[in-house]
Amino acid sequence: MNILAIDSSNLVMGVAVSTETKVLGEIITNVKKNHSIRLMPAIEQIIRDVDLTLDQIDRIAVAIGPGSYTGVRIGVTIAKTLAWTANKEIVGVSSLEALAQNGIHFNGLIVPFFDARRGQVYTGLYQSKDGKVECVQEDRLTMMKDWLAELKKCQESILFLSNDFDKHEALIQEILPNSVIGEAVYNNPRPSEIAKLAFTREPSKDVHHVVPSYLRLAEAESKWLEKQVNKK
Amino acid sequence: MNFEKPNIILGIETSCDETAAAVVENGTVIRSSVVASQIEIHKRFGGVVPEVASRHHVEQFTVVCEQAIKEANVEWEDIDAIAVTQGPGLIGALLIGVNGAKALAFAHQKPLVPVHHIAGHIYANRLVNEMKFPLLALIVSGGHTELIYMRSHASYEVIGETRDDAAGEAFDKVARTLDLPYPGGPGIDRLASKGEPIIDFPRAWLEPDSYDFSFSGLKSAVINVVHNAKQKGETISKENIAASFQESVMDVLVAKTMKAAKEYHVEQIIVAGGVSANQGLRKRMESACHDAGIPLSIPPLKLCTDNAAMIAAAGSIGYLKGDRADLALNGNPSLAIEKFSI
Ligand SMILES: [Zn+2]
Repeated sequence: MNILAIDSSNLVMGVAVSTETKVLGEIITNVKKNHSIRLMPAIEQIIRDVDLTLDQIDRIAVAIGPGSYTGVRIGVTIAKTLAWTANKEIVGVSSLEALAQNGIHFNGLIVPFFDARRGQVYTGLYQSKDGKVECVQEDRLTMMKDWLAELKKCQESILFLSNDFDKHEALIQEILPNSVIGEAVYNNPRPSEIAKLAFTREPSKDVHHVVPSYLRLAEAESKWLEKQVNKK
Repeated sequence: MNFEKPNIILGIETSCDETAAAVVENGTVIRSSVVASQIEIHKRFGGVVPEVASRHHVEQFTVVCEQAIKEANVEWEDIDAIAVTQGPGLIGALLIGVNGAKALAFAHQKPLVPVHHIAGHIYANRLVNEMKFPLLALIVSGGHTELIYMRSHASYEVIGETRDDAAGEAFDKVARTLDLPYPGGPGIDRLASKGEPIIDFPRAWLEPDSYDFSFSGLKSAVINVVHNAKQKGETISKENIAASFQESVMDVLVAKTMKAAKEYHVEQIIVAGGVSANQGLRKRMESACHDAGIPLSIPPLKLCTDNAAMIAAAGSIGYLKGDRADLALNGNPSLAIEKFSI
């Protein structure tokens, strides 16, 4: 089976083509450039570079977030449209779960996170076990301060993975001085990991129902809900 | 240039709060036109919320495309090109259509034709009447108020545009002042038909030779009148306010359009965009065009508001003219229509 993996959910943009046993090709950039301009050409290029055509792709895996709202939507829209129109299976994968895979050889807990502004992060708690990285506390949006306080209760050693340490490292060191900060090579989510996860998952029953995982309401919606509660 | 060559275009539109796909033959015949409207969703916010609109576009995009293809009863082999709104519009919303269209173009190896949203509104007319050149198009919607002169197909010259609010925007704001629901156009139109235009609101004519528009002064004047009346505890007829406001908008729109039509010796006047659903505007334009002896074309209601049939219709012209985009196409929230001119 050939899987095309797509991730534009955060600053890192990645596309990969994998089989069950091989990563045939992978393109990753970690620069502030426009995903809307670059993602579709990257998909065309990776498929061509590994000497395949879209016809030979069986399944499409896509990072569904959390992350940049616009970024997530670009990836999900392209993945859904390709899957629908070219009759491919589709699997949505958490962007945090994808990043957590980089900690597979770490003995302990893995905490991937993306900065979500104003002291907040998108994060989750993962654990490496029997050659697999599995979610132990679900993805969430939280204040980093509160999250670290909760993590402090865990007895195991913790590996943090993120490209946003500049904003959060000081606080991590302060609250969890014994934790491990991921090295640069482990901090980019890799689309080949998204492909790997997608091999083991059931594809979505209905491609139309694949939606981004924002983990946060649109601001106007939360304000509106607040108003409704206050009215009562 | 030959614009008569047979073609079938899939059009895609996501520039604001409608997710739409359509199949159009030869730029004139609608084979299918599917619109997933978000009006009900945005009503509670009193206007379009860009982030909410974008979220709904992602959910609806493939559903709408599938329905358009199915209803048109076409195969992908039959489709000559994919036309998509590149701009102007809400950037986050545009990106869904643009990226979806690029994926379709890649998957089926079809030419990708970028379309200007306003060109779409103009070409909505070609789905009902053949266009006669030279023509003048008045585009009035929530986002636009423009006078565009066209010497021939795909020749756009903006001779007038709004310097502040779009006409539709003024309708929405005045409607809110009168406690009418969003969108404001239909409510004001209904009230206006029951009132008398007895309040003398300002008309912004600007410089004598200018075809530009301005509606923010008028909007403020209406808000002031309502506000002052409330403070003094006076009741004023909402019907009369609506009628007076609408009269003021129409006076300027109709007078400037007719003046330009005469100066440019046009063979046809086209009115398009959401506000062209307004009965007051339709009646005024009909009688002014009748008096001037210039044929008028206003598309039916469902082609006035945002849809993808109009994008496919404009895309047909762009396709035959050779407009092409590659997979690096991006949305452009402030795209200029002149870029699409021959
Ligand atoms: Zn429009």
